[in-house]
Amino acid sequence: MGSITLEHVNKTFGGHQVIPDVSLEIKDGEFVVFVGPSGCGKSTLLRLIAGLEDTTGGHIKLDGVDVTDKGPAHRGLAMVFQSYALYPHMTVRQNIGFPLKMANMDKAAAEQKVNDAARVLNLTDYLDRKPRMLSGGQRQRVAIGRAIVRQPKAFLFDEPLSNLDAALRVNMRIEITELHQQLKTTMVYVTHDQVEAMTMADRIVVLNAGRVEQFGTPLELYKAPANKFVAGFIGSPKMNFFEGAAAGKYQAASVGVRPEHIRISRDAGDWQGRVGVAEHLGSDTFLHVHVEGAGLQTVRTEGENSFNPGDEVWLTPDPARIYRFDGAGLAL
Amino acid sequence: MATRQTHRLARLMMTPSVAALLLWMLVPLALTIWFSFQRYRLTNPAISGFAGFSNFSFFVTDPAFWPAILNTLLIAGGVLVLTAGLGIGLALMLDQPIFGQGIVRILMISPFFVMPPVAAVIWKHELMNPTWGVFASVSRFFGMEPVNWLGSFPLLSIILIVAWQWLPFATLILLTAMQSLSEEQKEAAEMDGANVFRRFWYIILPHLARAITVVILIQTIYLLGVYAEIQITTGGGPGFASTNLPFLIYNVGVLGGNIGAGAAGGLVAVVLANVVAIFLMRAVGRNLDA
Repeated sequence: MGSITLEHVNKTFGGHQVIPDVSLEIKDGEFVVFVGPSGCGKSTLLRLIAGLEDTTGGHIKLDGVDVTDKGPAHRGLAMVFQSYALYPHMTVRQNIGFPLKMANMDKAAAEQKVNDAARVLNLTDYLDRKPRMLSGGQRQRVAIGRAIVRQPKAFLFDEPLSNLDAALRVNMRIEITELHQQLKTTMVYVTHDQVEAMTMADRIVVLNAGRVEQFGTPLELYKAPANKFVAGFIGSPKMNFFEGAAAGKYQAASVGVRPEHIRISRDAGDWQGRVGVAEHLGSDTFLHVHVEGAGLQTVRTEGENSFNPGDEVWLTPDPARIYRFDGAGLAL
Repeated sequence: MATRQTHRLARLMMTPSVAALLLWMLVPLALTIWFSFQRYRLTNPAISGFAGFSNFSFFVTDPAFWPAILNTLLIAGGVLVLTAGLGIGLALMLDQPIFGQGIVRILMISPFFVMPPVAAVIWKHELMNPTWGVFASVSRFFGMEPVNWLGSFPLLSIILIVAWQWLPFATLILLTAMQSLSEEQKEAAEMDGANVFRRFWYIILPHLARAITVVILIQTIYLLGVYAEIQITTGGGPGFASTNLPFLIYNVGVLGGNIGAGAAGGLVAVVLANVVAIFLMRAVGRNLDA
């Protein structure tokens, strides 16, 4: 079991309020991702759950039990750090076995658990190496191994993939997701990368300046963003926004259209513009179009197309996929 | 070719300093070796000529010789244990966020700025004097007989004085090492259920291994040559109780006026230093490997 409940949690660092008031309900077995721009308080929130920071106010409950005043060791959670935080003087075996040793577990039983974890994580051949002899991905797996041997109530991941190169990151993303399906343990994962959030999460918490902007499944956030911030943060490339006259037509302070929901044509459409940069990804092309009075907008088209930088084009949004926002940025 | 040019240039640029260092080292060493085989008395210029190994046998059969070797090792070992042990403790405390951290750290280093003879004078007269010293006053306050430190425990007293001088050095090196330990590693250990003592034993202490090695190696070089403190406090006595090898060399060479035997003693000290160095490199040197 591993449900995590935050009730009006707030945190102040030396007079500076990092987290004003957060209430969340994370269900047992769920994979929840905290996502937001840097400095939005997502790591702080994770550390509050871990017990590495003390809350200024509010309550944190694990399986309904208030753990607000308990130290990190007594919450039954395991954490994977951004820097992996492996113990450099210990072998992989000792690293993974460290939490068991600290729990004074019987040596034979601990050995068995370490071997099991190593097998799950494909580390069996590396058990007697020191961390510095491992690649980034292997180190990451050792850090995960150290977390899983304790059979925690929940795993906490603090941007675990940001030190890896792009290809490895995709692999580890899949490995962690598979691990979650295998273990079915609650996972809370912090990242600034919305792609990681969208691909891994059961539910996503979008944070901005310490506030929860929206909490929902990836597709909920994509289809029905609660406000302009979520609309702009979720989705790649970013949503286009139009203000002023273009938005007035839809009775809104501003409207947003995703690049994939805009049709582009040479002859006719709602907005006229000129193609600036074209980014070719092979499967898709992102055209950056300078639109009269609305600035630079992104359009996603098929990989092979006939538009060149400098071409005069017309853009037409899919009317069913237009997001309208009021003056305060809330969805209408 | 560029590298070859660079190498040649580098060698050229280094030549003066290497030559100066060689001169600096080789001339005194050669002179010492030369004198150690000569009859050379400050008191009697008539005695001269080749001495064979008689200077060496004279020096090593001196009744103070073996006590001096033992005392040299005891001073070095005692000071190392005290400075490394207390240094770790002080570094742990200074690593905590405390009010006035900057001032405390500067005060902490200050004994290192006091020159050895001055430190010895202060300890001898202000602290350890059995009549008016601070330690004696403290003893009397608790109703105990004051201890005659330099008279009753001459070697221990010297170890304490020298340890006091070297403690800041050890603390400073260990503190910087401690500060280089990643915060996440400590937090990971905390999450893994390690309490304060186990975090120290399993995480902090192994992290300090290299710094401790550096402290031991550097201090040993200086500790084998402790002289000023002995000269000022005990004069090597009572008897030979606080005579170490450098002090014995001074006794024989300068006080006894026997430069030949003194030079022979100097070479014995070189051998001793090398034996200690080999022993240390075997014992702790592997900590220096990355």
